[in-house]
Amino acid sequence: MALSEIFFPKRMWRPRPELKRRYEVVIVGGGSHGLATAYYLAKRHGITDVAILEKSYVGSGASGRNTTIIRSNYRTPEGAAFYGESVRLYEGLSDKLDFNLMFSQHGHLTLAHSDRAMITMQERAEVNRLLGIRSSVIDPPRIAELCPELDLSQRPAYPVVGALYHPPGGIIRHDAVVWGFARAADSRGVEIHPNTEVTGFARSGDRIVSVETSRGRVECGQVVSATAGWSSLVGRLVGIRLPITTHILQAFVTEPVKPFLDVVLVSSQLHVYVSQTDRGEFLIGAEIEPYTTYKSTGTLSFLEYSAAHTLELLPQLERAKVLRTWTGLCDLSPDYSPILGKTEIDNFHVSTGWGTYGFKAAPIVGVTLAELVASGRTPDLIAPFAMERFHTDTLVSELAAAAVSH
Amino acid sequence: MSFLLACPFCGPRPVDEYAYFGEVTKRPSGSPTLRELTEYVYFRDNLAGVQREWWQHRAGCGEWFLADRDTRTNEVLEVMLPESRKTS
Repeated sequence: MALSEIFFPKRMWRPRPELKRRYEVVIVGGGSHGLATAYYLAKRHGITDVAILEKSYVGSGASGRNTTIIRSNYRTPEGAAFYGESVRLYEGLSDKLDFNLMFSQHGHLTLAHSDRAMITMQERAEVNRLLGIRSSVIDPPRIAELCPELDLSQRPAYPVVGALYHPPGGIIRHDAVVWGFARAADSRGVEIHPNTEVTGFARSGDRIVSVETSRGRVECGQVVSATAGWSSLVGRLVGIRLPITTHILQAFVTEPVKPFLDVVLVSSQLHVYVSQTDRGEFLIGAEIEPYTTYKSTGTLSFLEYSAAHTLELLPQLERAKVLRTWTGLCDLSPDYSPILGKTEIDNFHVSTGWGTYGFKAAPIVGVTLAELVASGRTPDLIAPFAMERFHTDTLVSELAAAAVSH
Repeated sequence: MSFLLACPFCGPRPVDEYAYFGEVTKRPSGSPTLRELTEYVYFRDNLAGVQREWWQHRAGCGEWFLADRDTRTNEVLEVMLPESRKTS
């Protein structure tokens, strides 16, 4: 590496001074989903006349605020197949993007504290195995082998009685995923425009003809909205209502300590998920707030209960101090499955309804939405997640496989 | 931070005492089509602004009431009892 590259590192993507008059594809939202869609549009379909319009900085929303957990142990066959494909893409992504995403597949344990939870785990394990996803139900002695630090005694109010073990699950560096996709999309000619807020759409019948932004108007062939918690607001600008409510989800990290936890722990009964980052911090996430809100500010009650519940699992963290906390907006759908693909507007496609697990799906969302935009056909993998399912009563209930509050 | 919400009977209490039941929706009248019904059941305005919504003081007196809250700031502008409660 030349000295100049050390002291004057190159930008990962080019600043774009002006918006062009027209783009073939306009993507609203510069998070992992929007960037992945742009990347696969360019890479697999040769469509590079693409603009990503991001109202803040790239990765400023849920992509940079999640708890970085990757897994595919879902309950419904539709969900498990979809996330299974996403994990497979994540496994090859560092290589494809030429960027170390620090994906550690060190295993994922969903703890059961009741007979009822064990039945759900068994069901998930069976669905997963049928689809070729590695998942099995294990008993406390096996849990102790995988995670000797976990309190498996009768001390907690709800002792652990078993777990769903998902070996391919793990954690990844979420910022690297965003930057990797952004750099790869940019190098193929996609334009990334941060600080460019979409303020309206001009329609001609059932088509969008142009997009109003804080930096002027652009004409467009097709529009993709990948705006998570803000999806309803973008939908309103287009003139459609969505089956979405917006809630905050919070997380915190402790000060870094010596590494001692090398699996991801999730407990739906205790509403908490815990992992130890590569830096040694304990990363703890919990429930969404029950009320809808766009105010991204944390709450004390979250810190109180998530800390107390974490200590039920890992009492040795009693003296660990909280280093920082943060909050992001989540877009919840009625059946806890995503809403992906076409809408009643011909050239307006959405990626929404992710609730608390959109980040896990970024690569497969990119692949499938790019295919939809390029070919006009909905890929089979995402057909069950069409918005129309709410009118035909063919919901895809993922309630049981959500980490927590879902 | 979370916020305080004033129960019409018990006064201001932390929001954690309440159960939230979503924005006020309008039931379709007459003989609605299936599409109107599914729209009513699943689709929401999800406003960023002042919305009228249902709450219940679950950990308190149990009363159901309405609130006008700005979802951008969580500022509660007004709380009120539903019409049916006022007349009974």
